Amino acid sequence: MAAPQFEAAVGRYLPLQVDGKRHRLYIEEAGSGMPLLCLHTAGSDGRQFRGLMNDKALTAQFRVIAFDLPWHGKSSPPAGWQEGEYRLTSRAYVDTVMAVIDALGLERPVCMGCSIGGRIVLHLALEHPQRFRALIGLESAAHAQAYYDLDWLYRPDVHGGEVCGAIISGLIAPTVPSSERWETIWHYMQGGPGVFKGDLHFYTQDGDVRGRLSSIDTQACPLYLLTGEYDYSCSPADSRELAAHIKGAKLTVMEKLGHFPMSEDPPLFLTYLRPVLEEIRATAR
Amino acid sequence: MPQGIAAMLPELANANGELVRRGRFLEVTFLLEIGGSAYLIRIHRGRIESMQPGPHVQPRWTFALRAPAAAWAKFWQAVPPPGTHDLIAMLKNGDLKLEGDQHPFIANLRYFKELLALPRVAGAQERR
Repeated sequence: MAAPQFEAAVGRYLPLQVDGKRHRLYIEEAGSGMPLLCLHTAGSDGRQFRGLMNDKALTAQFRVIAFDLPWHGKSSPPAGWQEGEYRLTSRAYVDTVMAVIDALGLERPVCMGCSIGGRIVLHLALEHPQRFRALIGLESAAHAQAYYDLDWLYRPDVHGGEVCGAIISGLIAPTVPSSERWETIWHYMQGGPGVFKGDLHFYTQDGDVRGRLSSIDTQACPLYLLTGEYDYSCSPADSRELAAHIKGAKLTVMEKLGHFPMSEDPPLFLTYLRPVLEEIRATAR
Repeated sequence: MPQGIAAMLPELANANGELVRRGRFLEVTFLLEIGGSAYLIRIHRGRIESMQPGPHVQPRWTFALRAPAAAWAKFWQAVPPPGTHDLIAMLKNGDLKLEGDQHPFIANLRYFKELLALPRVAGAQERR
């Protein structure tokens, strides 16, 4: 009998203490080499990085790691979650990322986050630049204005999974493969009640870093920005505005990609990511 | 002309079994405005029961979607440009105005996105 042809990624659960609460985090990784810690978008989970973990050229040089934020994917909400409403804060998000890095013993990883992850890398650049070899913000802006009533995402008379999937579908470029489009949407449809909305609290309110951008030192930690042309949540114009306020930030606008580049068309996204990672490997101290 | 494209909607919708299935609980009348032309579209169990062009005398609708003809023309291109490729994108960039009771639109958002994108797919197939 032939051996099963498993994909490269291996997943494990990690008990983790963050903000005085005990969490149970799901973490996946593939490959070996320089650690590349990947942060998923609001309302989704680490499966968005499946294409990267399955790319042999990437995993030959990088240890690609993705964890599901608490409340997301296979990570549990903390005990007592049933009372109150989930809301992601900058403090909790930074502390969670740093707790994962400490627990895994990662030595100055590259950290790449998308959307809310693209925002938190700006906070990481401000608070912990010495802890990272480089930071990569995908679909990254200093702030986002809500452009629809977020209450629609979490109320009993609208199906949460259906509306979350339908709201974000247009953030995917129209030209990407259908299977990857619908895989990306499915992750949103699987999100727990109110979780996407709770993440957007960070994205549209708590995580605003517009007033602090001039303090980001790209000499201390290089910052790369990559934004898809079809993203209207964090548009190329938003990322240009961000890059204009951070000396040394390097922005690439990606054609035929939207808000979820690593998930909606992994091979196309890798054509943009590889040169960035090559530069980091060649130049980062 | 985007008005001519819009006229294809009932036939395209009612021939699409998956769309009709997804809209099986949907009962609503909405107004679709394409520049100076307005259509009252009545949906019954996911099928377009009627689509009436204006002028309308005291039209009654639950919600209205209004955008300039040029915006719909871009939206209906086989590969629409960024910002005009999606109803929510058009809401954000200000091309599209959503008025009235938004609940049936949001609760059936996938249905309405796919309904209004049908001419795009049909047009792309004609060009092949």
